Amino acid sequence: MNFRGRDIISIKDFSKEEINYILNYSKKMVSYAKGEGHIEKLKGKVLSSLFFEPSTRTRLSFESAMNRLGGRVIGFADPTATSQKKGESLSDTIRMADAYSDAIVIRHPQEGAARLAAEFADIPILNAGDGAGRHPTQCLLDLFTIITEKKKIEKQKVILLGDLKYGRTVHSLAYALSLYGAELIFVSPETLKMPKEVVNECKELGTEPHSTSNLEKAIKDADVLYATRIQKERFPDAEEYNRVVGTYKIDNHLLKNANDKLIVMHPLPRVTEIDPEVDRTHHALYFKQAFNGVPVRMALLSLVTGEKI
Amino acid sequence: MKELKIPLIKSGTVIDHIAAGNAVKVLRILGIPKTHSSTVSVAMNVRSRLGKKDIVKVENREIDPYEVDKIALIAPKATINIIRNYEVSEKHKVELPDEIVGITHCSNPTCVSNYNEPVESRFIVLSKDPPRIKCYYCEREPEDIAERII
Repeated sequence: MNFRGRDIISIKDFSKEEINYILNYSKKMVSYAKGEGHIEKLKGKVLSSLFFEPSTRTRLSFESAMNRLGGRVIGFADPTATSQKKGESLSDTIRMADAYSDAIVIRHPQEGAARLAAEFADIPILNAGDGAGRHPTQCLLDLFTIITEKKKIEKQKVILLGDLKYGRTVHSLAYALSLYGAELIFVSPETLKMPKEVVNECKELGTEPHSTSNLEKAIKDADVLYATRIQKERFPDAEEYNRVVGTYKIDNHLLKNANDKLIVMHPLPRVTEIDPEVDRTHHALYFKQAFNGVPVRMALLSLVTGEKI
Repeated sequence: MKELKIPLIKSGTVIDHIAAGNAVKVLRILGIPKTHSSTVSVAMNVRSRLGKKDIVKVENREIDPYEVDKIALIAPKATINIIRNYEVSEKHKVELPDEIVGITHCSNPTCVSNYNEPVESRFIVLSKDPPRIKCYYCEREPEDIAERII
């Protein structure tokens, strides 16, 4: 399978076979991601890292991935220090990065920004999140985490919890989990329900998601609890945010009712939705999940630049 | 004798079976009268066997059927009749193309296509009748297509 020159914009651009290939290839990267081995496959290659919105894990894990492969990273994490401040368009910024590097990773507040970037660049674009839109590399690392822990995704009962309306990770994930035949349970406040178009996509793939606001009941026989933060920055007004923040809290009391093998995942950052006491339980998988961003992004960088190990 | 609301034309194009009330939007999509100097007649709320409809007649101009196909966005049941010497010489039903460029804005205010970038709006057609389209950039389905015609 050849991914050389391919853009990574949306999980929907990939078939199940292609996703399987990426996940299998990511396994090869785990020891290098831990620093247990050394490779220089991307030596001499440059990655442009254009972060127009704040990020900790995605940016650092992309940078770590490129460095672990022997490549180098240029870019910015604060767009106010760039010509965007002078009114430069995104397309012009992309043309510049296209001239200076071998691949571009971009996070941008506008939906569709990565797709637009791909029109103006000859080199591969990797979407690191576009507004409330897509975040395909997060989706891939989430799938990688589930498949590593549970050995399969098919028929796993997965709860997607929290902000299902504005949360970009859950939209991509609901689609991908449906592709694999997982059972989906959507748990959210009434005002933050999964958008109809995402539900329809799941149905088109043969999955009938079940929606509820009762987490205690849903958790009893679930295999995966995927929690998300209620994202203040996506709300049009503060009042709506204040009404729903803190609706759900995962703590040891709640987990007493859970299946012993339940894994708790979260794309992080968390605020109040997971109590730190959960960190010490065997259910907590979110830090391992965050680490998995490195091998998965190493795999993607290696594949799209055509420098496979 | 049946009363003719608008006269027969000798040559040109008749767009028939436009859903009642949509003729002006159809004209806007076709860039009429901006790009045409021909005489244009519009009949709205015309009674027909299938209920009320609108009709547009453009004189001395044969509109390219592929150009007209984009009106299927708001008038999926419209028919295009090319008139030569008072007779219908060609007739075809409009059909949405697979992709629509530059006709309607994306309804998502945070979609990149609504910002100052050198790109036209672009939509992938999901369903031809009823018309359903998805923004190429943000992948959202616009809420009210007709209201967002450029």
